[in-house]
Amino acid sequence: MKTHDTTDRRPRIPLGRRLRRDRALLLMTVPALVLVLVFHYVPVLGNVVAFQEYDPYVSTNGVTAIAESPWVGLAQFDRVLSDPSFWDAVENTLVFFLLQLVFFFPVPIALALLVHSLLRPRVRAFVQAVLYLPHFFSWVIVITVFQQVFGGAGIIAQTLRERGHEGFDLMTDPGTFKFLVTAEGIWKDAGWGVIVFLAALAAVDRSLYEAAAMDGADRWRRMWHVTLPALRPVIALLLVLRVGDALTVGFEQLLLQRDAVGPGAAEVLDTFVWWTGLRSQDFSYAAAAGLVKGLVGLVLVVSANKAAHLMGEQGVYRK
Amino acid sequence: MTQRLLERPLPAARGSRPARPSRWAAPARPVWEEPPTRAGLTAKAGLLVLACLAVLFPLWIVVVTSLSSKKTITETGGLVVVPRDLTLIAYRELLSGGQVTRAVLVSLGVTLVGTLFSTTVSVLCAYGLSRPGSVGHRLILFTLMGTMFFGAGLIPTYLLVQTLGLTDTYLALILPSAVSVFNILVLRAFFMGISPELTDSARIDGAGDLRILWTIVIPLSRAVIAVITLFYAVGYWSAWFNASIYLNDQTMMPLQNVLIQLAQKQEIPVGLGQAVKAGNLSGLAVQMAVMVLALLPVAVLSPFVQKHFKKGMLTGAVKG
Repeated sequence: MKTHDTTDRRPRIPLGRRLRRDRALLLMTVPALVLVLVFHYVPVLGNVVAFQEYDPYVSTNGVTAIAESPWVGLAQFDRVLSDPSFWDAVENTLVFFLLQLVFFFPVPIALALLVHSLLRPRVRAFVQAVLYLPHFFSWVIVITVFQQVFGGAGIIAQTLRERGHEGFDLMTDPGTFKFLVTAEGIWKDAGWGVIVFLAALAAVDRSLYEAAAMDGADRWRRMWHVTLPALRPVIALLLVLRVGDALTVGFEQLLLQRDAVGPGAAEVLDTFVWWTGLRSQDFSYAAAAGLVKGLVGLVLVVSANKAAHLMGEQGVYRK
Repeated sequence: MTQRLLERPLPAARGSRPARPSRWAAPARPVWEEPPTRAGLTAKAGLLVLACLAVLFPLWIVVVTSLSSKKTITETGGLVVVPRDLTLIAYRELLSGGQVTRAVLVSLGVTLVGTLFSTTVSVLCAYGLSRPGSVGHRLILFTLMGTMFFGAGLIPTYLLVQTLGLTDTYLALILPSAVSVFNILVLRAFFMGISPELTDSARIDGAGDLRILWTIVIPLSRAVIAVITLFYAVGYWSAWFNASIYLNDQTMMPLQNVLIQLAQKQEIPVGLGQAVKAGNLSGLAVQMAVMVLALLPVAVLSPFVQKHFKKGMLTGAVKG
């Protein structure tokens, strides 16, 4: 997002004339702006129900229901923060995040190095197409695919039973569930993650490799001293962005599997809000939990971007 | 200038490699590069084949099982790996009316209308924000980017959609998630890279902004618009959560939601129960066929835009 900062240096044109001049441009932004205001900013304000004992049935529509519901101050937040199942959800969220960081994060880098070393264009395009494919599948499909492989009636259990062994069902096993979820994430999105790294690899100056080779560096040392330094800024940036988004781990993915393994293993902050709010109809309580998550998330995003700026990189926004 | 923007050759990837006769042939190695070792090649090929198989093998099982007859499925004890006397009976039954046919039509409709709407709104907004120094573009930009910092929250959004009376309408599947600010920023970054000389000369010739957008900017940005369109289409096609909370009427459900019911709860589509009990149709084949229907459109479409995916990444955030 490079904006040429010409606004300040321009001779002052009266606002009315500038409005007339940019009328068409402004009109074009209206639909998107209205959608964002209505479906993002209005709900942000709707978070006031977290400070109420909101009762949807006290009135005929949501707005008047908010007006007529009693205010309870921070009572909902007290309830949330002293609820052990909330803290279980926090713990699960952090465990999922850490597992992703350790097992998911390095995979696209390794895959990108492998794909980059493919020289035949057709072969390379084919491998890329295969690796990108699962990214476009919905979570419903991904989980159903895993069911066919690792589930009780899956291909592995089926083959084991044919050979006279005992079958198994990873899809309903809370003990291994966290690893299963990480594996599903890798299957779906690790290939897609390759794209940024391939772009970075393509931008490496080839003469650096030649110079390194002239200096006697073998292929491993060239990878260590040329390739990895070229990837470092991208790695650092993606790491920082991931940390900023740490509290959001696979909402749809976990919601779909929550019934099969039970909330003990699958409940994260987002599904906790869904369960308490939409299933138990405890709107104010769920909104309070969502608000806690949103606020911590905001702090994480801002600090992650600060870190990105300190490293001389752009985050999601500029300094 | 425009040519360069359009083609964007990757200088390092192509520059040092001489023109090659076939897209199958590998380019010659530079003289300083040592020939690859046999062990290294084997390891690399092995890993890549393994990665591709990890993606393709489960899909193979799903497709073959969906095409298998009840006899084959009973003989193998469930999923089928080796194809034997294939049949389209599961697809014929599913697509000859009934729950799944309706779900496919619903999904197609929502995806088409939603994608058209989202892409139009996003392209317009991105162009509206693409001229430096236009009135209020900073304010609008900051308003849009605010969405990236603080999620609106599930509960208030749900209450809003209810208050607006969108529950049990297809608008509830489109409007709440119609614009992705991320996509607008990607388009805007691309539009801003278009040489101002082109648009300025058109403006001097008397073209308005809508005309400039339509005749100059959009034709020059076809690749990135194709990618964004695909992203939106995949989003609508894959979505199930909004339908699960905003639609109560089971007959309105899109395909993904029907797949959830079938796969997670081991059910058989409404209306097919009789066919499964009576004929040579296997419930498992039906389930797998629904899955194939749900993944087919994206699997077919995405490779077409594959070489432009890189443009769909936020260029400002991650530099290539």
